Amino acid sequence: MIDGLLPDLEVVRKDFPILTRTTPAGLPLVYLDSANTSQKPQVVIDAMVDHLERHNANVARAMHLLGAEATEAFEGGRDRVASFLGAPSREEVVFTKNASEALNLLANTFAWAGEHQLGPGDVVVTTEMEHHSNIVPWQLVTERTGAELRWFGLTDDGQLDLTNIDELLTEHTKVVTLTWVSNMLGTINPVAEITRRAHEVGAVVVLDASQAAPQLPIDLAAMPEAERPDALVFTGHKTVGPTGIGVLWGSRALLESLPPFLGGGEMIETVTMERSTYAGIPHKFEAGTPPIVEAVGLGAALEYLDGIGMEAIQRHEQAITGYALEGLATVPGLKVLGPTDAHARGGAVSFEIDGVHPHDVAQVLDSRGVAVRAGHHCAKPAHARFGVQSSSRMSSYLYTTPADIDALVEALNYTRSYFTLG
Amino acid sequence: MSAELDALYQEIILDHYKNPHHQGLRDPFEAEVHHVNPTCGDEVTLRVHLTDGPDGPVVDDVSYDALGCSISQAATSVMTDLVIGKSVAEAMDVHAEFLTLMQGKGTVEPDEEVLEDGIAFAGVAKFPARVKCALLGWMAWKDATTQTLTNGDDQ
Repeated sequence: MIDGLLPDLEVVRKDFPILTRTTPAGLPLVYLDSANTSQKPQVVIDAMVDHLERHNANVARAMHLLGAEATEAFEGGRDRVASFLGAPSREEVVFTKNASEALNLLANTFAWAGEHQLGPGDVVVTTEMEHHSNIVPWQLVTERTGAELRWFGLTDDGQLDLTNIDELLTEHTKVVTLTWVSNMLGTINPVAEITRRAHEVGAVVVLDASQAAPQLPIDLAAMPEAERPDALVFTGHKTVGPTGIGVLWGSRALLESLPPFLGGGEMIETVTMERSTYAGIPHKFEAGTPPIVEAVGLGAALEYLDGIGMEAIQRHEQAITGYALEGLATVPGLKVLGPTDAHARGGAVSFEIDGVHPHDVAQVLDSRGVAVRAGHHCAKPAHARFGVQSSSRMSSYLYTTPADIDALVEALNYTRSYFTLG
Repeated sequence: MSAELDALYQEIILDHYKNPHHQGLRDPFEAEVHHVNPTCGDEVTLRVHLTDGPDGPVVDDVSYDALGCSISQAATSVMTDLVIGKSVAEAMDVHAEFLTLMQGKGTVEPDEEVLEDGIAFAGVAKFPARVKCALLGWMAWKDATTQTLTNGDDQ
């Protein structure tokens, strides 16, 4: 027994019906692509089916029984997100389509007239390890506004290079946006320190928690104010919830000072032909019929994770990641990209094998029932930093067992023999 | 399990992967293109050199520098074997034949007379995620050839 694994791992696995299926060749499924999307427990599936079967109506405008029930269920999802994040207020939780939309909402509204409007001379700082969704929106907004996009580089061992932090964070720096946990390198960034430093120069801090929210306990209210980000985003489908829903948490001060993003139903206070006035937060940023059943599913998902406990899930991820790093080290010619200390990293482990392209690695693993991701993982700049075009990535979650890792290692050795690397 | 893999990774494919033909960027050339497969990041830089022949332009040389998986590398290597020395019209016909094979989801019987080593890719058509890999080099060649012919017309 490996120290730190979830004590009821076999019970947890039974919560995820997909884990019992087999491949067309009759092999058990070894799912190691949870950083891409996580599998869903039965409670999430049931909550969504029950909502559609019994409570479906539009929210906040249908003056009937089902409308009231649907509104309650939808807003219940918001309450659950607020509690999952330790948000100071439930009104600071905005539902979006995904994390990308949440980041685009922020980047776009920073371009428009208002207290935070970017312009020539202003600087937005991001990092070389970001997912494309936390790069491209800021490239677009800096191109449009004449602001400058600057970057924290990476050290050879896959950490943020903070040696030039004083040059990057100056009175010109208006936004600092970075990932909490890298989806490629697995690195856990020192976000409290960077946030504090960014706040000292008056910058707004945006955290991409897409990989952090599934793995780390988050308690915004408990953070010292100087170290609390101004905005944090994550996506539902990586936290055992459905696709089609993401979360933007923003401090009341930030959200109230930003202009609306999309216009439409639900986000208004009143509309005349001359002008409109806008609803308060969070509805100001939720134009149109929202993802209702997805919010219900996300609420059930976060309740499930909280029920198991995010501390316990973090310990499990560290234990499995440590076991995986040991196993990967036994495969000849395999090189891990990113930190090799399981306690300093998340559960996504990218690697290269000498002589076999990642696409071919993934294909051979798939033929053995082992699902991993191959490619650039939407992090091309981070790959370029390490001189590689693409990599293979295994990523675990609360349902991953040591046997899954054994199957991966066995399949990697088979891959080497298949391509006759000895 | 291994049979399924072997259908994809034919010996011919692995041979071309390990020893690619016509690799490297060479002069002279009339057009150079850079194509990427955005889903995986595979890349190819490819040059085309055409000369005049009795029946219209002839593919005199195709040279390339590519980063990618075994399927994309081998397909590009086989493609150069198939098009170099042919008239552009003939080469475009081979391209069309290969495209039909790749888009056939495994139902098209390849014609070895036309496709030569290219028949080894018949198995790839059963793996939808890999079809783009096999077509990367071909698409780059078609683009560069079209550019060359178009620029020629302008002059």
